[in-house]
Amino acid sequence: MSKIIGAQAIINSLINEGVDVIFGIPGGTVIPLFDVIYDTPEIKFILCRHEQGAVHMADGYARTTGKAGVVIVTSGPGATNTVTGILNAYMDSIPMVIFTGQVALPQIGNDSFQEADTVGITRPITKHNYLVTDANDLPRIVKEAFHITSTGRPGPVLIDIPFDIQRLEIDYECPKNISIRGYNPKYEGHPQQIERVANVITKSKRPVIYSGGGVILSNASEELRELVRKSQIPVTSTLLGLGAFPETDTLSLGMLGMHGTWYSNKAVQECDLLICIGARFDNRITGNVQKFSPNSIKIHIDIDPTNIGKVVETKYPIVGDIKRVLKKLIPKVSKLDTKSWLKTIYGWKMEHPLKYEHNDVIKPQYVIEKIYEFTKGDAIISTSVGQHQMWVAQYYKFTKPRTLLSSGGLGTMGYGFPAAIGAAVGNPDKVVFSISGDGSFQMNLQELATAVRSGLNVKVCIMNNGYLGMVRQWQDLFYNKRYSGVELKDCNPDFVKLAESYGAVGLRAENTSDVDEVLKKAMEINNIPVLIDFKIEEEENVYPMIPAGRSMDEIMDR
Amino acid sequence: MRHTISILVENKSGVFTRIGGLFSARGFNLDGISVGPTEDNSVSRLTIVTHGNDKIIEQVNKQLNKLIEVIKVIDLTLEDHVERELALIKVSCNSETRSEIMQIVNIFRANIVDISARTLTIEVTGIVDKVQALINLLRHFGIREVARTGAIALKREYERT
Ligand SMILES: Cc1ncc(C[n+]2csc(CCOP(=O)(O)OP(=O)(O)O)c2C)c(N)n1
Ligand SMILES: [Mg+2]
Repeated sequence: MSKIIGAQAIINSLINEGVDVIFGIPGGTVIPLFDVIYDTPEIKFILCRHEQGAVHMADGYARTTGKAGVVIVTSGPGATNTVTGILNAYMDSIPMVIFTGQVALPQIGNDSFQEADTVGITRPITKHNYLVTDANDLPRIVKEAFHITSTGRPGPVLIDIPFDIQRLEIDYECPKNISIRGYNPKYEGHPQQIERVANVITKSKRPVIYSGGGVILSNASEELRELVRKSQIPVTSTLLGLGAFPETDTLSLGMLGMHGTWYSNKAVQECDLLICIGARFDNRITGNVQKFSPNSIKIHIDIDPTNIGKVVETKYPIVGDIKRVLKKLIPKVSKLDTKSWLKTIYGWKMEHPLKYEHNDVIKPQYVIEKIYEFTKGDAIISTSVGQHQMWVAQYYKFTKPRTLLSSGGLGTMGYGFPAAIGAAVGNPDKVVFSISGDGSFQMNLQELATAVRSGLNVKVCIMNNGYLGMVRQWQDLFYNKRYSGVELKDCNPDFVKLAESYGAVGLRAENTSDVDEVLKKAMEINNIPVLIDFKIEEEENVYPMIPAGRSMDEIMDR
Repeated sequence: MRHTISILVENKSGVFTRIGGLFSARGFNLDGISVGPTEDNSVSRLTIVTHGNDKIIEQVNKQLNKLIEVIKVIDLTLEDHVERELALIKVSCNSETRSEIMQIVNIFRANIVDISARTLTIEVTGIVDKVQALINLLRHFGIREVARTGAIALKREYERT
């Protein structure tokens, strides 16, 4: 045992947890922590330009590496700036630990300078949070936080640390074990239930697997593939589940839901067995719940019991870790005779493929297809939120888990670019594409500085339609083209010059014939961020579309 | 349907807010809530009264269990249990009504714990319905103030013979 100050205890604990990078911005109440970081070569500190950016970076780092992201920010405004990023991570079950500074203990409650009730503000948006009131608790709390964030259903954990706590001396000993009596996630699925589920699967005639982000979080992509290979059941995926099953496989139906493929939605509608794995029947998937997959028996495998029966009645729930449950399920499932069912589905695929009109004006779908070609599906792709996000989900063929970063649950504009930076930090050997809208990019473009400073291999592709395109689309389709508050083009910056002013490379494509050329150029540049301004068709819409709250009967397609 | 749920939680600050926050954030009904220490210093017991259909009550139980500082959730409605609430009722009186009120108090096995020229303060313990019945009966005398604890409850144990 050795006597060290609280700040040192925190950093020692981080090293013990295997943390190698921290994202954040300093401030008055975390200077002791930064003073220790100054002497800690084991941990790289990435200085961000906004705390929201820092949290999204930690998120992108976590989604691509599977390790918890770590953020340190100051009290008050530093802490409140993290809120959107934390909720974003909470909704998508991403592991991260956020350290916020707090005013010194005697000052709490006095409306002190830069005081905020951070645990109060973040209580409903974290898996758990702590206010440290005794420096001796630090080693235990940090250990618990890392345990809680990455086990069970992952989610962000926040630790609020008063200034004086960071400077107090304590006897430091890294706790070996932890026990939290109120926290015991269930990992092993119920064996008899698994048996039952295997029987139900074997008896089905028209089964569909509906796979979600949980498969990726549980590292169960291999198991999912094996189950499908063995059983020949077609797979549709949520946005967050893309990559768990290769979209190049004939059994892949692509994404389902509001902007999912026609045939995946049709298959879900017509199936007699819906096997939901690591997803939660979000309303962007179900639309009108009463009419959603009306004739199917539902199987639901999920680690979070609250997900089960929350939206859709499930006849066969299994609570457990997806990887472990599938491992036990696979040997019990045999090859099904899905031939005629698959034939029907392939018919739908031929009749209603994803399609767009090719043109001289750049079509966003074409750009995404080209990016796929150039990266051979091997890159990490991040999106922000809007039409471009849906085009990425539709037209990029994800074949590997942890290669798509997208804000699913919260739909946070501005997520994509910082998330891409976090991914690049965690995966120095990979190319990372940040595909963003012109609107979304402007919500966190200040992080260009962060990307340039770290010499990251990030290619920012702006799908520049001059609009808050997704909102414009809704106004186009449901509000008589009354475009209210959606126009960006009258005052968008010159994105190329903007990139250059930060020391990044700026490129532009104005015609379809430029697309190849700029992408080729971008791929040749290494260790400097590249931004490409794609001037795309302004009023292109995303299809198919099932309007909010409706069902497959009302799907709109070209 | 009405449910009485007993929750054992870590005796730490903020736990109460977590649970209250959960109910408001998810739109669950909170008809009563009471909290107090238990035989174990590190554990507090919350008793919550809520209502809703089976699906909602299932969510209430699961969401409570999901909180890290919640150690155990027992839906007592599904078990044989003893439930009590305590109320203090300050009611107006005068020389004419005083004895009538005292008779009612006797019938309810309640106690008079404070008396003044114009008021009586009554202490009553019982199931929630009994407390409510007494309040209803006293209403026309003029109720000045009421303080109720909310229900607390424990599971019943049977002697095996
Ligand atoms: C922070 C935030 N604010 C507002 C919205 C609502 N919203 C959803 S999509 C969208 C438009 C996005 O525009 P852009 O980034 O240019 O993408 P596009 O749809 O044009 O591809 C808006 C405003 C949101 N999702 N997030
Ligand atoms: Mg746009």
